[in-house]
Amino acid sequence: MSTLTVDGLTVAFGGIKALDEVSFHVEPGEVFAIIGPNGAGKSTIFNAISRIYTARAGSIRFHGREILELPPHEVVRLGIARTFQNIELFEKATVLQNLLVGRHSRVRRSAWREFLFLPGVRRGERAARRKVEEILDLLDMQHLRDALVCDLPYGARKNVELARALCAEPELLLLDEPASGLNPEETADMSFWLKDIKEELGVTIVMVEHDMNLVGRIANRVMALAGGRVLSVGSVEEVQSNERVQTAYLGAAA
Amino acid sequence: MRVLFKTSYDQDIDLLVLPGERMRVGALIALAILAPLLLSSYYLSELAIFFSFALAGIGLMVLTGFSGQVSFGHAAFVGIGAYVHAVLVARGVPFPLALAAAGLLAGGVGAALGRAVSAMHGFYLAIATLAFSIVMETVIGAMEPVTGGHMGMPVPGIALFGVALEEAWQQHYLYLAVLLFFVWGVANLMRAPTGRAMIAVRDSETSARSLGIDVRSAKMTAFFVSALIAGVAGGLLAHQLQYLSPETFGVGMSLKLMLMIVVGGLGSISGAIFGAVFVSFLPNAIDALRALMPDGLVSQAGLESFIFGAFIAAFIIFEPDGLHGRWRKLRLFLETYPYYKRATFIRQKRYLKTGRFR
Amino acid sequence: MEMSDVAQLSLIGVSQGCGYALVALGFVFIYRATEIVNFAHGELMMLGAFTVLTFAELLGLGFWLGAALGILSLGVFGYLLDAVVMRRVIGESQASVFILTVALGLMLKALAGMIWGYGARSLPSPFQTDVHFGGIVIGLDRIAVILATVLICGLLWLFFSRTRLGLAIQAASQNQLAAYYSRIPVKRLVSLVWAIAAMVAAVAGLMMAPVTQVDTEMSLFGIKAFAGAVVGGFGSIPGALMGCLIIGVAEPFLDYAFPPLKGVYAYILMLAVLFVRPEGLIPQTYQKKV
Repeated sequence: MSTLTVDGLTVAFGGIKALDEVSFHVEPGEVFAIIGPNGAGKSTIFNAISRIYTARAGSIRFHGREILELPPHEVVRLGIARTFQNIELFEKATVLQNLLVGRHSRVRRSAWREFLFLPGVRRGERAARRKVEEILDLLDMQHLRDALVCDLPYGARKNVELARALCAEPELLLLDEPASGLNPEETADMSFWLKDIKEELGVTIVMVEHDMNLVGRIANRVMALAGGRVLSVGSVEEVQSNERVQTAYLGAAA
Repeated sequence: MRVLFKTSYDQDIDLLVLPGERMRVGALIALAILAPLLLSSYYLSELAIFFSFALAGIGLMVLTGFSGQVSFGHAAFVGIGAYVHAVLVARGVPFPLALAAAGLLAGGVGAALGRAVSAMHGFYLAIATLAFSIVMETVIGAMEPVTGGHMGMPVPGIALFGVALEEAWQQHYLYLAVLLFFVWGVANLMRAPTGRAMIAVRDSETSARSLGIDVRSAKMTAFFVSALIAGVAGGLLAHQLQYLSPETFGVGMSLKLMLMIVVGGLGSISGAIFGAVFVSFLPNAIDALRALMPDGLVSQAGLESFIFGAFIAAFIIFEPDGLHGRWRKLRLFLETYPYYKRATFIRQKRYLKTGRFR
Repeated sequence: MEMSDVAQLSLIGVSQGCGYALVALGFVFIYRATEIVNFAHGELMMLGAFTVLTFAELLGLGFWLGAALGILSLGVFGYLLDAVVMRRVIGESQASVFILTVALGLMLKALAGMIWGYGARSLPSPFQTDVHFGGIVIGLDRIAVILATVLICGLLWLFFSRTRLGLAIQAASQNQLAAYYSRIPVKRLVSLVWAIAAMVAAVAGLMMAPVTQVDTEMSLFGIKAFAGAVVGGFGSIPGALMGCLIIGVAEPFLDYAFPPLKGVYAYILMLAVLFVRPEGLIPQTYQKKV
């Protein structure tokens, strides 16, 4: 069964359809890239999956479970974590705190026990740190552990956001432009990490990305989107040679 | 710069790890314990009022400093706590039970308000809490048979397990114990998942949601804890005021609490304490300044609230991190001298409007 | 309650609502242009009333000249308030900015108390006669508030939809960055919005002065105007106007129905609306894009 099945998804703001009957599916273990010009509706797909936008029609199923019926905070519990295009970190907290919030969907909470800091709370904190530590090692960012996010440079923040999403132990990772704003070296690191995440952790990845180099290196399949409609789905070469995709990027005269 | 090499997870779970921090906090607590030997009973009761305000400030800090929910009506919860406590004690309910009831009731009202406002845009919340406190003031005034209305009601003395605590030093230790308990509790909460969820909601609701935080329940928890602490503070304050009237818990007190946490530094527990010290000494400082000012200005009734306002404004504009932030900078300056860089603390501004949608 | 009482109370309510609406117009403009919520707007209104009083009575310039000078000086004050203070906190968290405006309000109120004292003063206006029609007796000043509101709404509408400057302000309100790239002087325009808002607040202060008396407590009027704007939905001007009218009309009837809570019904009404519809009746607030 497909990991993620999107069927006839339509999202509209007033009269403007940001997504118009978009359908695709993502298979377990693959890297699925979504490309398209600005305003094509790429991020809108992610925002519909994480229930920030309300879909007007269609369905999004994760292992057969309908996501559109869930409140936003329960999506991650199914095993879907994401990053944001413009980085949404908890600015005035340390990297460690950010990553621990990433564990939120996997820990049990009880405010009054925490208020008294009963022994169970301490055990939970230790366990959460062990998991966070694995992610810190994987992404090679131990040295940032106690830094405040607002003191970090852009590239480091991008990584922290990726790490935070991984802390939720997702089965499916939604990455919104993971390489935007990164320099070539950082982009190369990112592509290695994404491979690691896919191969070592067995995470399925859906990513929105403009950098075709990165897409070509790691994506198994690509979907091209323009004006809220699917133009083409297939391997990188197939999509790049597709006439409608070329028209969308270069204009009709080409 | 000092770097702490951590060798176990407990080192970042524990509260006071750095030896310097331990010494400072230990010294403060020792000073508070020794206070009855050093101060007359008049100053001890002043100190008790200070403890009550510091506690209420910590309550507001949970809500505004840690969860980012601005409340301009926190005095209402202090008021609810004070009245419930005073009424129950007057009816013969033992002190600890009455204080717990005052806290829980204020917390309950807070949670209900929080539930209602959890879907609101930030400033709606600020207006709603302001309106709530104005309404509460009127309602308390209108409930004359229970609260004595605007005539006010007397507060009976403190009796703990049948022993009357009439001496100032006895009350001092009681108040200190309650304050320390809540400081410890809030510090615990902030190093555990619930507290981190609050910080997450403050800094980015969207990503908090995407990580599985139920924003509404996080806000309700914040309101509950915050109002509970304010209610307990109200119960304590009632005994020091000895006479309650609705006007005491008006917008003026709410602004005083707000001044405390802004001056102290939003988002730090020590900030609430620093802020309470500052606000408590401000009237004395103003009195001292009066000697230096021309006669016409000294007799002005609005001078104190003008200076209050000016301090809040100045801190927001020039030092949004408050005294706590100033302290961090000073420490870094001393530790890294002569390599201190001003730029370390220049904040990146996020301009509004560029990417918003309807 | 008889029919004529109902009619009279409603008319008084409408005029009160118009007063709220005049204040609300100002902070809704500021909010739309800068996303700053100016909690000190009631204080600007109070300051306006005091300034007019100073020019008209204490300096003896008469009502009309005093009004004109008072409104103008508030405009200058509003401009400076933005240019000197508010501009510095652009980009700070919204919470800090509210707290700042509340602090400014506190300062203005204290300052007014120090300058003009805390006693209530009256501002004689040319509208202090009663009008009789159909069994209703109502002060001309009440009618004047309604007329002034309609007039100002009309003028502002013309300004924002017909003049180059008004359109530039609208552009800057919708997208500061895009407006800035199109060589629109965004900073100056934002200060201008503050000036306009302060001037409208001064008009409100001067029109409501015969009804409320001029004293520092006048600034509470601003909080009620807030309540009105919130009831209607903060981001939209028609919504805010409607909310203010609802609050204005409902208040006298509720005061009459259950006097112990007199004076706070505006807030109760607002809280009630917010409990049911957290975005107000006509929602128009913004979410951050991610």
